[in-house]
Amino acid sequence: MIVKVSDNIISPLGMSTAENYAAVKAGRSELKRRDGLWQLPEPFTASLMDREAVKGIAAQKHLDDRYTFFEKMIILSAEKALEATDIDPTSEKVLFILSTTKGNVFLLDQRETGFPAERVLLGLAARQMTEFFHNPNTPLVVSNACISGVCAQIQAMRELESGRFDYVVTVGADVQSAFIVSGFQSFKALSVEPCKPFDANRTGLNLGDAAATIVYTRKETIDENDWVACRGAIRNDANHISGPSRTGEGSYRALKAVLGDMNPERLAFINTHGTATLYNDEMESVAIERAGLAQVPVNGLKGYYGHTMGAAGILETILSMQAIDDNNILATRGFETLGVTHPLVLSNQNQPTDKRAFIKLLSGFGGCNAALLMAKGGAA
Amino acid sequence: MMRHEVDITPNEVKVDGKVMNHNETGGALLTELYRTCVGDYPKFFKMDTLCKLGFVASELLLQAEGAPRFEPREDRAVVFFNRSASLQADTAYQATIQDPESFFPSPAAFVYTLPNIVTGEIAIRNKYYGETSFLVLEEYDESIVARELQNAFLDPMTKSILGGWLDCTDENHFEAHIFLIDNN
Repeated sequence: MIVKVSDNIISPLGMSTAENYAAVKAGRSELKRRDGLWQLPEPFTASLMDREAVKGIAAQKHLDDRYTFFEKMIILSAEKALEATDIDPTSEKVLFILSTTKGNVFLLDQRETGFPAERVLLGLAARQMTEFFHNPNTPLVVSNACISGVCAQIQAMRELESGRFDYVVTVGADVQSAFIVSGFQSFKALSVEPCKPFDANRTGLNLGDAAATIVYTRKETIDENDWVACRGAIRNDANHISGPSRTGEGSYRALKAVLGDMNPERLAFINTHGTATLYNDEMESVAIERAGLAQVPVNGLKGYYGHTMGAAGILETILSMQAIDDNNILATRGFETLGVTHPLVLSNQNQPTDKRAFIKLLSGFGGCNAALLMAKGGAA
Repeated sequence: MMRHEVDITPNEVKVDGKVMNHNETGGALLTELYRTCVGDYPKFFKMDTLCKLGFVASELLLQAEGAPRFEPREDRAVVFFNRSASLQADTAYQATIQDPESFFPSPAAFVYTLPNIVTGEIAIRNKYYGETSFLVLEEYDESIVARELQNAFLDPMTKSILGGWLDCTDENHFEAHIFLIDNN
């Protein structure tokens, strides 16, 4: 089976998984209104790293200014996840997978002159990371819009199942810029206030910087505390490139595929995409209901971090594992009154649980949807 | 097992290795292929170059397959690879925000700034509810593409894949090498 070896989250809430989990459990967020940032004419609310602080931390790891902020984030996160292990990243049995949507896209701005222009290529950005670790393999970059972080984990599972690699370092990251913020603003998808997932008064999403890493390996004998990546599935709505399906088609099919014949009562929760846009949250409620999972508690973490894009699937999987390790269902920050058609079990308070499995659900532009079933102690 | 393949460059079109006649080159070639081989899908004209390339290449491929079209199915995945992700669309969108004096971010341009949009366009056209995926590599590498396509069959739902290399650096420079494969 495929099990987690170690993990890390770097976000405005901390530089480690433990710091991030403690902050989220305490209800903290760094979502703040930004006026005039990056010369953008409209204000927005985002959870952003202190770029100077990252520069200082990176310099201690010999990551100088030949590396972009994005590259520093992915290398620092991978490094922190690896330092807790005895894995030799120079081995050909170790593969690096990067999940990102926009990587170094800020380099397209003609005012940016500090880096070679070709570093806008995602494969080259990923290569900065594998060269840092002296890893001999070509890094894979998964760029599947907002579902990339779950896709990268599914990819990691397959690489390990096929036996070609012994460890996969799965890193997800995106960093915000004028390019991304203005694009979402042009879609009228951003809320100027902190986002309110699944709430009747939700007005859109927030964006956030983050990098997150999970290292996976293959293991024959599972211990009760091992986190097992059981099943993953990616399905398309075949409906619209930028709007979710009214029938929740792809998410419903992805949920059915990962559930298999598992009894839903074993699920502690479904950790949703929960972007706090009108259409996404409604679509997820339809898909969850259709999949027969309306009784399973759901939560969403965008109220703490905003939408961290390529990081989201990995970051939210890590926090969900931490929560179950702590017998907890994390609160959906920003949620007050249910505002979706199908009743969901949601709370803005942490809730106790003694269950040991969860589903991570995501959806994104291009009509793509992904689900991942994780279970502590295996066999789900 | 590979069943059919399509290759498109700015100067040449091949279906199952057989060269197709055409008049245009570059971006105009994609429009010519659309008009001569498809013609009934005006959404084509809204697409960025990567989507136009993937769309016409997949149409030629599915016409070569000759199976009934547009029947909903979940057992065919769409899995593409490239080097440049959505660079042409990214550059086009950046142009709408570059100048603070004429700052008009375009949602119609922004939606294409993700490489996987082309997988969605093909899924919508063909009612494919199965896996759609996009992977970016530093360079074309046949062994990695083959390895990842084989891995995609580890989803028990997936019985065939429409996939391959689909790269585009600007409106006139692109390369498609895509194929239909079945699980062995």
